[in-house]
Amino acid sequence: MPTEDSLPRIDVQDTPEGRTVRLAGAWTAAQLTVPAVWAALTAQLKRLGAPGAVPSAGQWHLAGLDKLDYLGAQVLWNHWRHRWPEALEIEPEQRAMLENVEKFTVAPPAPPPSPWSEPLVVLGGRLLNLLGHAKGLLRLLGQLLLDVLRLLRHPAQGPWRDLSGHLYHFGATALHITALVGFLIGVVLAYLISQQLRQFGADAFIVNILGISLIRELGPVLAAILIAGRSGSAITAQIGVMRVTEELDAMRVMGIAKGFRLVMPRALALSLVMPLISAWTTIAALLGGMLAAYVAMDVTPSFFINALPAAVKVSNLVLATAKSVVFGLLIALIGCHYGLRVKPNTESLGQGTTASVVTSITVVILVDALFAVLFRNVGI
Amino acid sequence: MAMAPSAPVVQIDKLWTVFHNGEKQTVIHKDLDLTIERGQIVSLVGGSGTGKTVLLRQMLGLETPARGEITVLGRPAAELGKRGAASRVGMLFQQGALFSAFTVLENIAFPLRELKCLPAALIREAAMVKLQMVGLPPDAAEKMPSDLSGGMVKRVALARALIMDPPLLLLDEPTAGLDPDSSDSFCALLRSLHQSMCLTVVMVTHDLDTIFELSTRVAVLAQQKVIIHDTPQKVVAFDHPFIHDFFLGERGQRAMALLPGSPVPL
Repeated sequence: MPTEDSLPRIDVQDTPEGRTVRLAGAWTAAQLTVPAVWAALTAQLKRLGAPGAVPSAGQWHLAGLDKLDYLGAQVLWNHWRHRWPEALEIEPEQRAMLENVEKFTVAPPAPPPSPWSEPLVVLGGRLLNLLGHAKGLLRLLGQLLLDVLRLLRHPAQGPWRDLSGHLYHFGATALHITALVGFLIGVVLAYLISQQLRQFGADAFIVNILGISLIRELGPVLAAILIAGRSGSAITAQIGVMRVTEELDAMRVMGIAKGFRLVMPRALALSLVMPLISAWTTIAALLGGMLAAYVAMDVTPSFFINALPAAVKVSNLVLATAKSVVFGLLIALIGCHYGLRVKPNTESLGQGTTASVVTSITVVILVDALFAVLFRNVGI
Repeated sequence: MAMAPSAPVVQIDKLWTVFHNGEKQTVIHKDLDLTIERGQIVSLVGGSGTGKTVLLRQMLGLETPARGEITVLGRPAAELGKRGAASRVGMLFQQGALFSAFTVLENIAFPLRELKCLPAALIREAAMVKLQMVGLPPDAAEKMPSDLSGGMVKRVALARALIMDPPLLLLDEPTAGLDPDSSDSFCALLRSLHQSMCLTVVMVTHDLDTIFELSTRVAVLAQQKVIIHDTPQKVVAFDHPFIHDFFLGERGQRAMALLPGSPVPL
């Protein structure tokens, strides 16, 4: 803690022979980084370096210092504008320290000039990066196909324990959150729709609207987005950590294919789990909608359940299931892709995980739109 | 820092460390005493599991002992982690613990910059001086930690530990993972910094060469205590099974050739 006598100070005496500057106190990092002390010292130094004066002029006495460290020496050296004073009384250690500072003080590098072509280079870099991602994903997909063929030929060699573990983690442990979110969305949607429908006296149509929108669109998409956030990030983080800790390299050295051992079980598990989770979310949302319809509009659950098969054709279920399989596959592949691209440092791991979640959610919505356009004549 | 120049830098008094593992209790240190004087280079040695690194972490206030007191620079170790802690004690972690998001220069300047008091240009210059003092070229300043070799990581971490000129420097396995050449030059660097910056150094190491080359004192941890804390020559002459195995094995014999006037029993 700063005490009175250890505060860094400057005593100046102007005599006819010239100026004498005596330094006192502790010129150390601990002292100089106390804001009040620093402000006082800079004010003193400023007064010393009056306009026109040579800052290193006069007799300098450093022998009276309690302590000098490298930060103090740097402050002094900068005040002298990188020149030794004309007369200096100094201890040998202090001189050695200042000589070190003199030797090692370098001018900051000039900022590199930004050429006119830089925006083009940035744009090109981004395009190439995008192309690299597309290529990586395509390669992953092709490898997955080959791995699945290998699994079909030698089913006994398959990583079945991994698969069952992933099924549990991606599927069973996600049941609560997907059910809760689905149920609440169902309630909110049904309540809002009922307000509108009541104006037209078209209460019974709530079954059609809820049935089609939840089963065909919202259930699968909602489930996919939740799973992308939950399992997509987990996949990237797992594989990324394996990269950081060199486990991936260890596997490669042992001749174990990462596609067969890491990517395939995750992709298979997620494409198996996704339609199930999607059906589960849809059921939860329908239950929520049914409850809200009963409370808000007196549409009884028995009427709801009886009217549902007529309102929603079976082809919608097929479409929703097919969509979910694709979503699951894409989320797993994108997760693996970003995980495998992680560089062996922690910052890259964080970036990879974020990019993986953002990309998989975007891709899920894009693919959903594609499905909506392609199958616009099916089931409606 | 108002303390007498002769006061010990680190004083450990009746220290107990107990690890709880479910129902089981493991006593690591039992009534351990250790006093480290100013200006010494002390090596903590001991078999694996004798709590060398734990002791180092307790000196830093990162862990709290079950019983006993640790006084560092005249104040309890638990008070170390306050504002400006980097000016009291510097720590070189085993893996360097550099911030991977920062460049080398930003890493070194970080403790000063976080105090938000000094101008950026001064901080930059101070960091550049430290960067070159640990033997790195100025153009290493803009590199990222992931681009550095193991030896360079240690040097950058050392520069960061010394940015505020702390009187006490703690090292955890300073030469582990370095090739013999970089290990030797790192030892030489530590010795020259120890002289020029009036440092007190406490290190945990298994490297016999480092122990004999650098340390002025060796503290041996065994049987939950410091069994001896003395000059390397005296420690080697002390009769204890661990010391016998550790220093007088084949490797020890080779390393001890470094020791002036060593009593090598052949």
